[in-house]
Amino acid sequence: MTVFCLVEVDGGGVVDASLRALTLARGVAAQAGDGLAAVVFGEPPADDLAAYGVDDVYAVSGIDGYAPQAWGRALAALADGASAVVAAGTDRGNEVLAHVGAITGLPMAANCVAVSAGSGGSFEIVRQRWAGLLLEEAVLDAPMALLTAATDAGTAAPADAPGSAVVHQVAASLTDGDLAVRAAEAPAGAGGASLASARVVVGGGRGVGGADGFGPLDELASLLGGVVGVSRVVTSEGWRPHTQQVGQTGTKITPDLYLACGISGAIQHIAGCAGAKHIIAINTDPAAPMMARADYAVVGDLHAVIPALVEALRDRPSRAG
Amino acid sequence: MDVLVCVKRVPTVGGAITVSADGLSVDTRMSGFTISPHEECAVEEAVRLVERFGGSVTVVTLGPAEAEEQLRSCLALGASAAVLLETPAGAEFGPAATAEALHSVAADGGFDLVLLGNEAADTGDYQVGIRLAHLLGRPVATGIKALTVDDEGTSAAARREYRGVAETYTLPLPCVLTVREGINLPRYPSLPGRLRAKRAVISRVPVSSVAGAALRTTALQTTALRTTALRVPAAARREATVLGHGVDAVPALVSVLAELGVLS
Repeated sequence: MTVFCLVEVDGGGVVDASLRALTLARGVAAQAGDGLAAVVFGEPPADDLAAYGVDDVYAVSGIDGYAPQAWGRALAALADGASAVVAAGTDRGNEVLAHVGAITGLPMAANCVAVSAGSGGSFEIVRQRWAGLLLEEAVLDAPMALLTAATDAGTAAPADAPGSAVVHQVAASLTDGDLAVRAAEAPAGAGGASLASARVVVGGGRGVGGADGFGPLDELASLLGGVVGVSRVVTSEGWRPHTQQVGQTGTKITPDLYLACGISGAIQHIAGCAGAKHIIAINTDPAAPMMARADYAVVGDLHAVIPALVEALRDRPSRAG
Repeated sequence: MDVLVCVKRVPTVGGAITVSADGLSVDTRMSGFTISPHEECAVEEAVRLVERFGGSVTVVTLGPAEAEEQLRSCLALGASAAVLLETPAGAEFGPAATAEALHSVAADGGFDLVLLGNEAADTGDYQVGIRLAHLLGRPVATGIKALTVDDEGTSAAARREYRGVAETYTLPLPCVLTVREGINLPRYPSLPGRLRAKRAVISRVPVSSVAGAALRTTALQTTALRTTALRVPAAARREATVLGHGVDAVPALVSVLAELGVLS
């Protein structure tokens, strides 16, 4: 049998969330003694897929651009008889797999952080609830497990031994109406997408005080090659657009550094930034929950600390060269 | 235009989530209850459409008797009718069963548009709207953060952003859309709205009595994903090193940034 993994690609190759999904799928395949196959809508980056242990690559043609139900239909047809189908827990991954679930009548478990394949179509899974604030342990009984991999948990690790990544060109066979809903794509302004993949995020919360208080944060973000993210109160007040919200109802971030300024740290916000490798918190209140979640804390007013930090970074000798 | 909005009663979580003694549910003894921000926005979007086109907003929830509270909140925001698909105490409905139960209401009402939140705040299954759309045989788009309906009320342009790309989906009505917070800024309930909501009659339907082909599948009796335990992840808490107070901490802060490799 085979474990199938839906792989999303962009100009830079396989997207990070899909590398995590491939890693999870490879683990399931190894436990079940199955092969690993990747499904790509578009040009398959075969070398990347080989490095992640993929044996077979199905490159699907006949669908122009992103059409969620058509992708789901094609994936369901390809994976017919598979032991599991895995996708990244992205907007697209969750959406396409939900279509597969509806088409096949099978259950789907979203945002898994761990999966182990037992015998006879029984899977033990751990998945995120409450955007990751709570973990659910569950048993999934299904002839074919439909799973998405959480985007801010687990790791993306290449295989010990590369796969052969043999590419098969396949044409999607679709049903009437599958292509009725499709994405017309246009470049978006800076926003949620760069936030989700940024290496550095400078966060601003209620402590920023108003829409006109973000100047130093914008400047710091630009000095660090990062972007600004905000807490829910900031978007509810209309200080910043919702595309910049970090949290359960905004964007989940996975930067190397999250610098949280004037953010108290409601758990809905923590849900969005728990995937950060390092957190620095700046807050006037040493007892703020954000401070307890941070690796480093500065007790102080961001309106004094951030401008001073910006100045110090501008004056660094190494920047002159 | 007749719009159906599906909502879910969930606990209001403030500082922490606590698991009940049996490890199978969230301890809600100290919680209030609410609907998710996505769903508040779905109700607001529906009310705005009906203000423009005329028609009605019906809210439906699958939940315990107490979920009446959430339906009345939606009525206070401008919904015109409410249906409670009442579940037995303690019953859990998985996403497939939830979609089937909602279908019993959505299929009969002649709705032009069915709105849901992109995902439930608590279980985060990311699939009820899509399953419902398939049961209805209607087109669906998810995660929508901007919606434009044409003047004839026959076509919807639904937008979201994905990885730096603005995606626009054009759907004929009737259709199903799941929406995200950010699509609008919901209004606060007005005093007349609250009074109307208090007096409104809520249609209560025991979910066990909802007949029809859609409910014959086993999905309604059982979920195929069986929860064995809930737990709060352990790694959430970090040990913070205090770098200092106020601007005096800046040199230490710069050193840490250098150490973390984020300075170019």
